[in-house]
Amino acid sequence: MHLAYPAVLSALLFSTGLYGVLARRNAILVLMSVELMLNAVNLNLVAFDVWLSRAAEETLHSGQALTLFTIAIAAAEIGIGLAIVLAVYRNRGTSDIDKLRDTAEGHETDGRGTDGSDSEAPAAQKAEATA
Amino acid sequence: MSLAAAAAATATVAHAATTAAGATVAHTATTAAGATTTAADTHGFLSPTGVEIAFLLVGLVTLGAAIVSVTTRQLVHAALWLVVALGGLAVEYLLLTAEFIAWVQVLIYVGSVVVLLLFGLMLTRAPIGRSPDADSGNRWVALTVAVASAAALVWVVVDAFRTTWIDLDGAAAGSTEVTGKALFQNWVLPFEALSVLLLAALVGAIVLSRKAKANPPAVVTSAANEPADNETPASGTAASGPAASGTADPEKEGAR
Repeated sequence: MHLAYPAVLSALLFSTGLYGVLARRNAILVLMSVELMLNAVNLNLVAFDVWLSRAAEETLHSGQALTLFTIAIAAAEIGIGLAIVLAVYRNRGTSDIDKLRDTAEGHETDGRGTDGSDSEAPAAQKAEATA
Repeated sequence: MSLAAAAAATATVAHAATTAAGATVAHTATTAAGATTTAADTHGFLSPTGVEIAFLLVGLVTLGAAIVSVTTRQLVHAALWLVVALGGLAVEYLLLTAEFIAWVQVLIYVGSVVVLLLFGLMLTRAPIGRSPDADSGNRWVALTVAVASAAALVWVVVDAFRTTWIDLDGAAAGSTEVTGKALFQNWVLPFEALSVLLLAALVGAIVLSRKAKANPPAVVTSAANEPADNETPASGTAASGPAASGTADPEKEGAR
């Protein structure tokens, strides 16, 4: 098989995921697009591993091992990401990333200005630690 | 005496260098000749084999599903089209003779990640029908960036690997035996580190999911009951927090 087929498909899938990350507004759809980008990289890794295992007598199979690690890390990432999105949704009532413009918790800190939101962030972390 | 020794040493060094250079040149010539004959004899440049045609068709389906998944305005349909895209990628892995990766892809991605995404869509109360604000205002900028990156990547990749072929004949390069040997002979330490990472991610996800409505009820109860003590209302809220969102957490952890 010509190596350009999987490489081109991987590049196109990566660009599709890039468009999704940049254009989507819902945080979960952004996570889906990140999954697409990760899968494009996985396809590249597998294709080059299959090529190099014959062409260069590469017996480590590092591409496939790295693909397995990427899949596991992507599963962990989607779990953590969804937990964060759900926490944000419970706090803010929305998962629209265009509306999540400040890093402070709660809606009452919006009018305080930048230093108020800065001093509010450690308090939020402390609340997380105690809870 | 010393002159003779130096001359002998020089001769030895020169001989070694000649041998090494000759071996390298011969090896390179052999490799290049082998690659050239392989490329010229058994492959035409644009005469696709059956595997390539199958790869192309499945790739078109995968790419189409991915594009629909990032452009549709129905959020649940986006997750379902993502299933098609990821399943198509599993078929591509099978065509590349990487069987183990293909089944892992089916198990992990189609089996758990998409289910987790659907749970996330449900728990954030995503609208079932068309949602007009699924795309943000900068979608044309995003389209420009994506098309530019696609053009650049495809150009570079095609230009770089124009005369490279994957040899798919013979034993599978990614069967379970081969992958298992490579993984547990050479990659054991990263494998174990990955298990620790998965454990950390599990604990982190549970901690993040448990924290429900921490601040406003804590402020209210502390103001009502005991203004001096801040820790007790916080723990009380943490105990009553999962009860408020009790429908959310068991489903999510069950899915995980």
